[in-house]
Amino acid sequence: MNKIGIIIRREYTTRVAKKSFIIMTFLSPLLFAALIMVPLWLSGIKDNESKKIAVVDFTNEYGKVLKSDKQYVFVPVKERVQNIGNSQLKKDYYAVLLIKGDLVKDSTAATLYSEKQVGIELESTVSRQLSEYVENKKLDAYHVANIKQMVEKARTKIDVTTIKLDEKGNSKVTSSIVATIIGGLSTFLIYMFIFMYGVQVMRGVVEEKTNRIVEVIISSVKPFELMMGKIIGIALVGLTQFLLWIILTLIISNIAGFALFGTSISNLQAGAQLQGASNSGAQQAMMTVFQGLQGINLVEIVSYFIFYFLGGYLLYASLFAAVGSAVDNETDTQQFMMPITIPILFAFYAAIYSIENPDGPLAFWCSLIPFTSPIVMMVRLPFDVPLWEKLLSVGLLVITFIGTTWLAGKIYRTGILMYGKKPSWKEMWKWLRYKS
Amino acid sequence: MSFLEIHRVTKEYSGFKALNAVSMNIEQHSVYGLLGPNGAGKTTLIRIINCITAPDSGEILLDGKRLHADDINRIGYLPEERGLYKKMKVGEQALYLAQLKGLSKHDAMARLKMWFEKFEIQAWWNKKVEELSKGMQQKVQFITTVLHEPELLIFDEPFSGFDPVNADLLKREMLALRDKGATIIFSTHNMESVEALCDDISLINKSQVVLQGNVHEIREQFRSHIYRVTIAGTEQPDIARLPFEILASEQKNRNTELRIQSTGLSANECLKSIMETHSIVAFEELLPSMNEIFIKTVNG
Repeated sequence: MNKIGIIIRREYTTRVAKKSFIIMTFLSPLLFAALIMVPLWLSGIKDNESKKIAVVDFTNEYGKVLKSDKQYVFVPVKERVQNIGNSQLKKDYYAVLLIKGDLVKDSTAATLYSEKQVGIELESTVSRQLSEYVENKKLDAYHVANIKQMVEKARTKIDVTTIKLDEKGNSKVTSSIVATIIGGLSTFLIYMFIFMYGVQVMRGVVEEKTNRIVEVIISSVKPFELMMGKIIGIALVGLTQFLLWIILTLIISNIAGFALFGTSISNLQAGAQLQGASNSGAQQAMMTVFQGLQGINLVEIVSYFIFYFLGGYLLYASLFAAVGSAVDNETDTQQFMMPITIPILFAFYAAIYSIENPDGPLAFWCSLIPFTSPIVMMVRLPFDVPLWEKLLSVGLLVITFIGTTWLAGKIYRTGILMYGKKPSWKEMWKWLRYKS
Repeated sequence: MSFLEIHRVTKEYSGFKALNAVSMNIEQHSVYGLLGPNGAGKTTLIRIINCITAPDSGEILLDGKRLHADDINRIGYLPEERGLYKKMKVGEQALYLAQLKGLSKHDAMARLKMWFEKFEIQAWWNKKVEELSKGMQQKVQFITTVLHEPELLIFDEPFSGFDPVNADLLKREMLALRDKGATIIFSTHNMESVEALCDDISLINKSQVVLQGNVHEIREQFRSHIYRVTIAGTEQPDIARLPFEILASEQKNRNTELRIQSTGLSANECLKSIMETHSIVAFEELLPSMNEIFIKTVNG
């Protein structure tokens, strides 16, 4: 086996076997799943206790329309109190519904009084039942035969479908929400990956230096091989972790979905998004999501994701390695980390602003500049970026990461053998110009 | 026959000359001492031999051929700044380092087993390095340096951190390796071990070789004609009558021990002049120690 392969294998296996890696890998999806499930679960909990609502009806007509169910029990009361605020009723009942006049003539004649804020559900139940009754009553007043059936037939709900045309004139069904979510998620993952694993590369280099093993190893392999072996090994650890996260998150949230709601999570999420809509409405929402996904070229997105994932990581990891090689211990890394972390953070904020305006000048320039493009481009990709922009961005990133790796290799080669010297920028500039 | 030839090697670090036209010939199957004060350029030279850095000018021949990056598998190097991965298990780590030197996993296992038995450290195989003492770690490092049976071995300050028992073990192993055919370069500040181990030396000071040659010949070359004479009786010899200078005299038991220095006379002539009046118990020439030569050369 060649030497760089042996190094990659050690970097990979020692990290994957670490307790912290295993715990992180298996706990994080539980956390992700909890983040999705807990709010859904909480919103799903209904009070078992039925609530009594007093109905003070001056018309003696509408009060009877309201039907009690498990949750809300409507109790007609004989008292005709105008001023609910001073009455005993507000203390005895969860809420008081006051119907002051004929709702056909005055649609604002019904009022709900309560000491606590009433839920939106009660409000909509009351409103729906009364509206339906008033509507029917109005229709009856026209004295037209079969009018109810006619109205029922005429009732229509229009779903606007967004269709995007590409250059060839082919149409695609799109959903900007789906595109935004995909872009935002992949941006965040790349940002996290670059940071977490870039810092791991730096720690690994510092560890080898403080352990004093580095000179033993570079008497067997070239410093550049050692650096690249470490960078590639850690990249594989990162890919493994994210792959496991995605798989585990899907499995766990589906299991949890079945356990809690008796349905799979995807159905549930679609249902939750359109609360109150009828069943067919939920199905339609699902269709929209699926059509939206089809409108986005997922194979292309995933390929670019992996490319930018690795490109961005390689660019920054080599710089992190150079910083690690220049210092004697981890506390000294701070001053040299600044110039690396600032562009990463800037890219992340630029990406967040670009979510709202994926075709704006900030998004455009930041998706071309190699130091920000891995993070920012992912936001734009689901919204279809012209091919020349994509090629330019990819090309610049490749050239830049080859460049930074080469530069970092030069600093690294000298830095790992320097002990007891507090490095400065000037010193590192000198190392760059040393011949091998 | 020279196994390693170094011809006028020069290395500069932005204006600072770390090595200035350094040349040396290292004989096969010998122990070669590389001496010099801190910062003289020893480590730079060793790194050049290990292909860690390249010289600006000059040439290095290994076994008659120009030194090439692939030759590092024929070299074993124990650096002065040495260590191991703390969290890794001893056996795993030794195996890793052996594979990096180009050994197959199978060969590495067999040889490691042999060395671990020899040093009686089989019980450490599954221990983490951080659980071992510094001396124990040094043993593991020694094994990983010699495991791939290199033809050229380079030890930079090998005895630092070793207790006397382990230092002695190390010395014996070094000589055993030389007897088996290895050529050894040995850099140290411990001059006693130079006298005990080295055949030839180079003394580097301020980036240049200032003294070079066979240890014995160098000591002869630095001889200052000082002898130790032990004579019977406690009576002081008559100084004025003797043709040499008495540097010191000391009474030991019923004898007198003298340190004498003669510039013009041979040892025989000195002996003759003492024998006329005193009976001699012992007579010996005092060659300067490497330590004295080192200090004299570096300061002078």
